[in-house]
Amino acid sequence: MKIAIQNVGKVFEIRDSDRPFTALEDIDLDIRAGEFLTLVGPSGCGKSTLLDLIAGLTRPTSGQILIDGVPITGPGLDRGIVFQQYALFPWRTATGNVEFGLEAKAVPKKERAERARHYLDLVGLAGFEDRYPHELSGGMRQRVAIARSLAFDPDVLLMDEPFAALDAQTRESLQEELLHIWEKTGKTIVFITHGIDEAVYLGQRVAVMTSRPGRIKETLAIEFGSREGDLRAETRFGEYRHHIWTLLRDEVAAARREEASSVG
Amino acid sequence: MAELETKAPPIERGHEQGTDEPYWYDVPDEDAEAEEPPPPPKPLRARRPRLPRPLTTAVERSAAIILLLALWEALPRAGVVDRVFVPPLSENLAAGYDLLVTGQLGEHLGASLLRSFAGFALAIALAIPLGLAIGWYRPVAAFLNPVLELFRNTSAVALLPVFTLILGIGETTKITFVLYACSWPILLNTISGVKTVEPLLIKSARSMGLGPFRLFQKVILPAAVPTIFTGVRLAGAYSILVLLFAEMVGAKAGLGYLIQASQSSFRIHDMYAGIITISAIGLLFNQLLVSVERRFSTWRTT
Repeated sequence: MKIAIQNVGKVFEIRDSDRPFTALEDIDLDIRAGEFLTLVGPSGCGKSTLLDLIAGLTRPTSGQILIDGVPITGPGLDRGIVFQQYALFPWRTATGNVEFGLEAKAVPKKERAERARHYLDLVGLAGFEDRYPHELSGGMRQRVAIARSLAFDPDVLLMDEPFAALDAQTRESLQEELLHIWEKTGKTIVFITHGIDEAVYLGQRVAVMTSRPGRIKETLAIEFGSREGDLRAETRFGEYRHHIWTLLRDEVAAARREEASSVG
Repeated sequence: MAELETKAPPIERGHEQGTDEPYWYDVPDEDAEAEEPPPPPKPLRARRPRLPRPLTTAVERSAAIILLLALWEALPRAGVVDRVFVPPLSENLAAGYDLLVTGQLGEHLGASLLRSFAGFALAIALAIPLGLAIGWYRPVAAFLNPVLELFRNTSAVALLPVFTLILGIGETTKITFVLYACSWPILLNTISGVKTVEPLLIKSARSMGLGPFRLFQKVILPAAVPTIFTGVRLAGAYSILVLLFAEMVGAKAGLGYLIQASQSSFRIHDMYAGIITISAIGLLFNQLLVSVERRFSTWRTT
């Protein structure tokens, strides 16, 4: 077991309010080494909070998260995050950005440049090494961000709706490439999305979350005979999709009711 | 400069088609201009021959200044303004040339520049580290903010008598005065530069295990550089503005002294020569700082 999430809850104290905000409650989830797990849920269900917890950026209020059997104490280079908004350093070139994590890891300078080139090549950005983020399209920026996270060689890749801001064509091509990279590198990937298609297409397993407070409603193994070809056209794809859609529909309705009652 | 030119022009987001490079949907579109539909026929008025583009912009940009200088030459000669008080430009320039040849202008200019630069450099050396520290420790920033606001809104010029009282009328006063006036824009911009770093960048760096010191060194500082430089550029302008004032009030050398002394001994041409020199210096200094600023903030284009 790579990541073990045990009875995890997260409560935020809200300023000027004596009612604390429960973001996550009783999350139990095990993620195998090398697994590609996608996490879907209605917006505001605490998906990103869960990712922050795995990243070690915040601590759970209750329960614990283990990585390789060891409780998480803080952020570390054994986990890499890819954010929706890329989070590239605008004053660094593509290479400079990829080298950032390597500097943090104290990789010697010469090797840094080599590795940066290798990973930029892996994400299809050979020839764009010296571009600054503002000189790259959204899709290319996200490729840089992925290369940056891969370069310091974490076991776990945490991805927070990484393709949500991209246009449909770019998104599909990046999804496909991400699968290739995953197959090639054998990383454990936790991928958050609000897209049901994306969750089914990418995940070996899809974890569906409830609306606030977030819990795991159901996890669903996605099994295709082969991952080659147009998965989306298979009948089974439609069945998985529909099943998750049904699960989510109830949650979205619940989230709406909650929103309406808190406003009204 | 050379490396600036080799860099590709900034690419606009949004157009995702155009080349058949590795990922056609993904490669920013450098050839977009070539593929744009031909421009619509020009209206008749635009048909007359035009000057090459750089030349026209140069003319456009300096037209107002040339007009102003021409008026300065013409109006006194035409008797529209009293040429005793506003002599024609050429006479002032001639007086300036005389001052230059006799070495007087150089002497005053040197005295002023030395004071300006000393105060300005000290302000940079003091205000940037101080601003970084204040911006980084949020409680300190919150605590000091009202005081900073108060001082920022108190004209430095109003405090000159205080400086003179405490430090006398020597060089120390003038340099300290410039230092004081220059510190505020640098300090306030540095604080705001540190405080307004994109939180996601900090989060991203923290996720890669950076501790507070390295976070500061590798993320906060580079992110704040452009904002700090804006403050430095403002301070550069201040350094000359406030020094002139100090020199007018109490000095035996410097451009402010030259202007003030010429006026009181009715050497009107010399006075204007001093004024022209100071505006040229101000302009030059600002240009210099703008280009340095650009050099440091090439990435900040969005």
